[in-house]
Amino acid sequence: MSSVIASEPKAEQAPQSPGAAAAVPTPKPRGEFLYFALRSRKFLIASTILLILVGIAVLGPIIDSTNPNAQDGLMNQGPSLKAGYWMGSTSFGEDVFSQFANGLRATFFVGLLGGGLAALVGMAIGFTAGYRGGWIDEILNMVTNVFLVIPTLALLIVIASYLQRSWPEARGILFEAIFVGLTSWPWAARAIRAQTFTLRSRDFIDLAKLSGRRGWKIILQEIAPNMSSYLFMTFILLFGGAILIAASLDFIGLGPTNGMSLGLMMYNSLNYGAALFLGLWWWFIPPGIGIMATVGALYVMNVGLDEIFNPKLREI
Amino acid sequence: MLSLNRVSKYYKVGTFGGKELAAVRDVSFDVDAGEVVSLIGESGSGKTTIGKMVLKLIDISRGSITCDGQDVTGLHGGAVKSYYRHVQGVFQDPFSSYNPIFKADRVLTMIRSEYFSDMARSEWNDKVDAALRAVTLDPGQVLNKYPHQLSGGQLQRLLVARALLLDLKILVADEIISMLDASTRIDVLNLLAELKGRGMGILFITHDLSLGNYISEKTVILRHGVIAEMGATDKVFGNPTHPYTKALISSVPQLHKKWADVDAEILARGGADTGTCLFHQAYPPTAPVTGKGAVKQDSSDLPPTLVKVEDDHYVGCFDLGAATCQVA
Repeated sequence: MSSVIASEPKAEQAPQSPGAAAAVPTPKPRGEFLYFALRSRKFLIASTILLILVGIAVLGPIIDSTNPNAQDGLMNQGPSLKAGYWMGSTSFGEDVFSQFANGLRATFFVGLLGGGLAALVGMAIGFTAGYRGGWIDEILNMVTNVFLVIPTLALLIVIASYLQRSWPEARGILFEAIFVGLTSWPWAARAIRAQTFTLRSRDFIDLAKLSGRRGWKIILQEIAPNMSSYLFMTFILLFGGAILIAASLDFIGLGPTNGMSLGLMMYNSLNYGAALFLGLWWWFIPPGIGIMATVGALYVMNVGLDEIFNPKLREI
Repeated sequence: MLSLNRVSKYYKVGTFGGKELAAVRDVSFDVDAGEVVSLIGESGSGKTTIGKMVLKLIDISRGSITCDGQDVTGLHGGAVKSYYRHVQGVFQDPFSSYNPIFKADRVLTMIRSEYFSDMARSEWNDKVDAALRAVTLDPGQVLNKYPHQLSGGQLQRLLVARALLLDLKILVADEIISMLDASTRIDVLNLLAELKGRGMGILFITHDLSLGNYISEKTVILRHGVIAEMGATDKVFGNPTHPYTKALISSVPQLHKKWADVDAEILARGGADTGTCLFHQAYPPTAPVTGKGAVKQDSSDLPPTLVKVEDDHYVGCFDLGAATCQVA
């Protein structure tokens, strides 16, 4: 933070007393978050990277409407703007940019839906178990532990293999995201439960009860805001985790049969395209970078958001 | 006004909750309007537990608490909310009483949204101003600030102001000045005295004998969850009868003595000067306390817990451990 302050005009860093906070011209809470968000370098860099990636995912298929699975182009072309293959072509003559843009779309879709679903289930179970305690906690904790010891990837492989035979239409990214979401929530539930435990015995929770508040109102208005950056971090980790699990599934050949994804690109390039042998680096490096950049940017964004959400970490 | 009748709190401990741990046992006392009752005891004596039971933050295992004749033990939902209109609490640590990510005055707006949602903005602002002035706070200094930008004394007084917004009858003050420095201490104490003058009943929970002596009309000395001695403050402090109270009062001026040593000291003296247990003198353990021929303290069938020493002065069993309860 200090380096950010140094670049500010001197008039704003002049007051040093505790009353200095009053000098900041941001009285409204929402405007305040935005004010500090725009001053956090980590947050700005991470959100720029994410915006670029989302831009490619959204606009790419519109600009370049080539079918990512059409094997009708020139084969083994390196990246060049002249030949019309911005990111080269595969050994089957498919357009790598089209595959990358569509794959990025699928990646964000799986991350948002899978990670979001897992975060919702994890929060519902974690908050309920942590706040209520007693036998409700015992039962929910038992369910969580059962899900926790299920080897997720093995289960997903079994489900995907089963669906391949009996219900091929379900082998799309939608079902992949739902299955990933419904199996990756347990650790989030445990983490949120533990955090809720430490917060529910604080005096300010008692004070909220004394103000006539009960149950879900206390969870949503007292406990959840206190761990908002924690919850966002959980979502980010689940987002990244869902992307990685989906990529692993795709990479071992159990990905969507009727679509494109970054993991599938790598699977095809290494298993069918002999990309390593032919030196077609533009086929498997971009999806790897795409996954890494997405997950990495989300992590950095989380660190930046911690400074924005927690007034104690701010230095004015 | 507020009346505790043989209130007990047991916690289940051990594997499968097989054992019971008594945090509070058969505690009975009253807090009347315009009266400060100090509840004095060492750490772990159950005084905070009693305060939380009065505030309905934890359940009562046995016994009952009544407010204005209404039993509050079984209240639920909206009834609890209207109970809080009259009974409020302020806790020991002003910093943990505030949600650190919100501004401090949120404790006031929470009261508005729950109890005065239909009140006009200007009327509410006047009410807040009046409450803040009553606790000698400058609204401009404390409103729209984060908790960590205010001092402990300001935060604590803001919490009292929050309670004043309601139609308050009983205030549970749980060690509210232990975390304040000496100069703000006296301000908060004087504030409590002023509230008492307005007819409010205050349950003043403390471990500091001199504070209790300074402010209260009535004193309840608590030891291991049981009342050791209780009565008018001048009688309890002027004529301490229970060996524990005696030891406590005699140990006050000695700065380097810890409270934990008190029991050991009494036992080391062999209980020589503890005297005969007045309680068991009045109620010999051999005599049946229920049924025919029972010695009764009041109209209930339950065995008594305290014996009367003089008017408005009661004492419990002298038991402090091994051989200190010398039955006549």
